[in-house]
Amino acid sequence: MTEVIEFQPGWELIVGLEVHCELATKTKMFCGCRNEFGHEPNTNVCPTCLGLPGSLPVVNGSAVEYAMRLGRALQCTVSPSVFARKNYFYPDMPKDYQVTQYDKPTNTAGKLELPDGSFVGITRAHLEEDTGKTSHQGGDGRIHGAESSLVDYNRAGVPLVEIVSEPDIRTADQAKAYVDELRKIVLALGVSDAKMEEGSMRVDANVSVRPVGEPEFRTRCEIKNINSIRSVGRAIEYEAKRHIALYDVGEKPTQETRHWDEEHGRTRAGRSKENSDDYRYFDEPDLVPLVPTADDIARIDAALPMLPASRRRRLAEITGAAAADVTLVVDRGHDDFVVSVVGVGADAKKTLTRVENDLPPDQPITLAPQSFAQLVIMETAGELTATQAKQVLAEMLENGGDPKAIAAAKGFEAMASGALEAVVDGIIAANPADWAEFVVADDKARKKLSGFFTGQVMKATQGQADGRAVAEVLARRAAR
Amino acid sequence: MTAGVAPTAVSIAAEVRGGTRSARSVVEEHLARIAEREPAIHAFNLVLRDEALAAADAVDAAVAAGDDPGPLAGVPVALKDNLCTRGIPTTCSSRILEGWRPPYDATVVERLRRSGAITIGKTNLDEFAMGSSTENSAFGPTRNPHDLTKVPGGSSGGSAAAVAANFAPLALGSDTGGSIRQPASLCGVVGVKPTYGVVSRYGLVAFASSLDQIGPFATTVHDAALLLEIIGGHDPLDSTSIPSPAPSLVDVLDRGVDGLRIGIIGELAGEGIAPDVLARLHEAANVLEKAGAIIDTATIPAAMYGLSAYYLIAPAEASSNLARYDGVRYGLRVDAPTTAEMNELSRTAGFGAEVKRRIMLGTYALSAGYYDSYYGKAQKVRTLIINDFAKAYEQFDLLLSPTSPTTAFALGAKTSDPLTMYLNDICTIPSNLAGQPAMSVPFGVGDDGMPVGVQLLAPLQGEPTMFRAAAVLEAAMKETSR
Ligand SMILES: [Zn+2]
Repeated sequence: MTEVIEFQPGWELIVGLEVHCELATKTKMFCGCRNEFGHEPNTNVCPTCLGLPGSLPVVNGSAVEYAMRLGRALQCTVSPSVFARKNYFYPDMPKDYQVTQYDKPTNTAGKLELPDGSFVGITRAHLEEDTGKTSHQGGDGRIHGAESSLVDYNRAGVPLVEIVSEPDIRTADQAKAYVDELRKIVLALGVSDAKMEEGSMRVDANVSVRPVGEPEFRTRCEIKNINSIRSVGRAIEYEAKRHIALYDVGEKPTQETRHWDEEHGRTRAGRSKENSDDYRYFDEPDLVPLVPTADDIARIDAALPMLPASRRRRLAEITGAAAADVTLVVDRGHDDFVVSVVGVGADAKKTLTRVENDLPPDQPITLAPQSFAQLVIMETAGELTATQAKQVLAEMLENGGDPKAIAAAKGFEAMASGALEAVVDGIIAANPADWAEFVVADDKARKKLSGFFTGQVMKATQGQADGRAVAEVLARRAAR
Repeated sequence: MTAGVAPTAVSIAAEVRGGTRSARSVVEEHLARIAEREPAIHAFNLVLRDEALAAADAVDAAVAAGDDPGPLAGVPVALKDNLCTRGIPTTCSSRILEGWRPPYDATVVERLRRSGAITIGKTNLDEFAMGSSTENSAFGPTRNPHDLTKVPGGSSGGSAAAVAANFAPLALGSDTGGSIRQPASLCGVVGVKPTYGVVSRYGLVAFASSLDQIGPFATTVHDAALLLEIIGGHDPLDSTSIPSPAPSLVDVLDRGVDGLRIGIIGELAGEGIAPDVLARLHEAANVLEKAGAIIDTATIPAAMYGLSAYYLIAPAEASSNLARYDGVRYGLRVDAPTTAEMNELSRTAGFGAEVKRRIMLGTYALSAGYYDSYYGKAQKVRTLIINDFAKAYEQFDLLLSPTSPTTAFALGAKTSDPLTMYLNDICTIPSNLAGQPAMSVPFGVGDDGMPVGVQLLAPLQGEPTMFRAAAVLEAAMKETSR
């Protein structure tokens, strides 16, 4: 990124994101317990995910497969990896260490393409286990000052992939687009349900600012507890402004973990302990390294579905639209349909417009591409007006059927051919004075009069005529 | 009092399976011996009297019904109290596990049950297996059955003493730096640390995961071989378990050592080893030579650094493994206003001095800024030792050394000086660091009349050859005592 985007005059925003995705495997990362959200507390637990003395972890092969799939989708290098222990005391962590990957992660050095065509570097995407969930009773709901705490270990040991971006992000919108795009990729791969509100996708933002032109990064703060894509943008902007305000008065932010307070729209400093932990990482001796073969990686690559960026590129190429303008159709999952429809001969631009505007956005398409193509072809050939096409489509969506037959049944076909000229001639005959004026009028005046004639035709046809076709007939008659 | 008077596991199982002796009578006989001498020895944290009798009756019922209860039918087995037993307290001889009953059996416990063995009790150990004398137990020390003023060794001192006192013909221990072999040597029984990964660690309460290995105690090499065959073999619940069946040992015991090249480890056969122990070592070498082995001196230069590396790696892993004892989910809890204070008070009250010392050592060794010079360097030494062994095994089939530098020492003699205590493991630690098998075989007595063991070492999965040599040494001992 060479072009500098100013966040505020003279200041550049620097953001790197850490996104945790819970993998949608059937079982947990290191045991056979069900990996499902919403059960009674402490019902999906066993000696291993409770960290009972003597228990041992066994790697879930599906989780590894999912992580590699995500890694390859992010164009990462997949390497032999080693699990490590991250040691710190916390009641929702049954072993008081988290099994994660440290200096030898599964995925490194990838990139993610945003809808505007820019790229954000991916430092790494590694596997780890989730913690349990603590709810503090009494006090202000946080661990300090709580009267008692309850821990639910159903989530303990659920497989996670943590995707760490490079500090390549320069605007809050870019950050939101990154999270949104990552979510779409994860969904396309089927490796996570990626619900921010349920916590199956969690975003931490590393935010700093620097004066435009300064080569070094300045002190960053890590913002946690961001619960929606919208909050990603708000939290980053708040934090950047806070930093600039501090620099403006000659102070500096401290490197620390801060929490996003959604209600008050601000970040707050975390507990001081969070900022002084020495995690004493070392290789997890209870597990052996993961060593994917070239064949494993080739197999994963071959099975990757088409990803959103490729889908946007494909649709843009076919329709001649800008990549950003096909996002909506791709996001709805309707792009395959457009491709099929265009493939059987329908006009690409018209197809894109019809699919984007006239198909229910939240449902999979049940229409046969051939039928839809037929409809578009009829409309393009002038056999149906825009209004008629929409009515035929509505009927097709409602009851199915062939567009030609539906148009015929509605009497649209006749209107579209010779019938229109007869109607226009009738209107001309009924309004000779206006017609005489029309014939001699200049372009500007003609336009006005054309509106009158078209209105009459529409009235006579109960709106079934195509405005453009009427104008053509009028022009032809006037030229005679 | 000496081992060998009571029947072996092999003979008990044969009689019980053949219907000539009831499992109940076997268990009653052992319970009677326990009733007599256990108060003085304190080998057990818990004697499972009723459970053992019930299990014996089930074995007898199976035999009566014409079923085969398995190769260890009716054989009492003592389990080190760091092996999880479903519904039965598993304490690791620590206050911190007070009141905890595992909801599951260790894989070895499960396999023992399926073989018809009868768990007769849970044996004492140095707290969390950290120690070499079984004096670091929260429940008091175990005494050496050969001399009650002496230690049985450790950390599996309770299991070694139980077998030496004929409380059970078989016992299981765990060996992280010598915790099976050293007490076996001091108590005059056979003790085996198998190749890392031969026996599943599932259900063994971890001390140092990359070093821990469960293994057998027995009065005879044959019994030890049989027990290892039963507990060994792949277990999908342990990711570090070797994906192959248990080694075949009983069938090779009589093959002798003719033509085997056996090296005495020079670095462990001189300074720091008591003269009487050295004398037994050389006598053992002579026996093997007479049986046809080619004896020479081997060199493992890095062995000298084994102790230092071990006392960084083992505590580092322990500091992490023992973090879970935080008062939140099970075991001892000392209530306090905040979670952090509750953690601290519970751990302060629950752990003994040696465990605390090692947690602190390990925490320090892994700390930012110290990792490379301590834990990192120790891992390099570990690699050096592995390389040295590999070189030695180009020349030799087996290696030979003392098991322990001295015979059993008096209770209290080394408790005030941890470093002297740590030196007990100088001969045994290298095998743990290399993941290789080693075993202690009783070979006569020292000047004080206390048992001496010699250690046989083998390359990875070299148990069959190792057991062949052990059988030769054992046979020679029987000859001399006849
Ligand atoms: Zn579980």
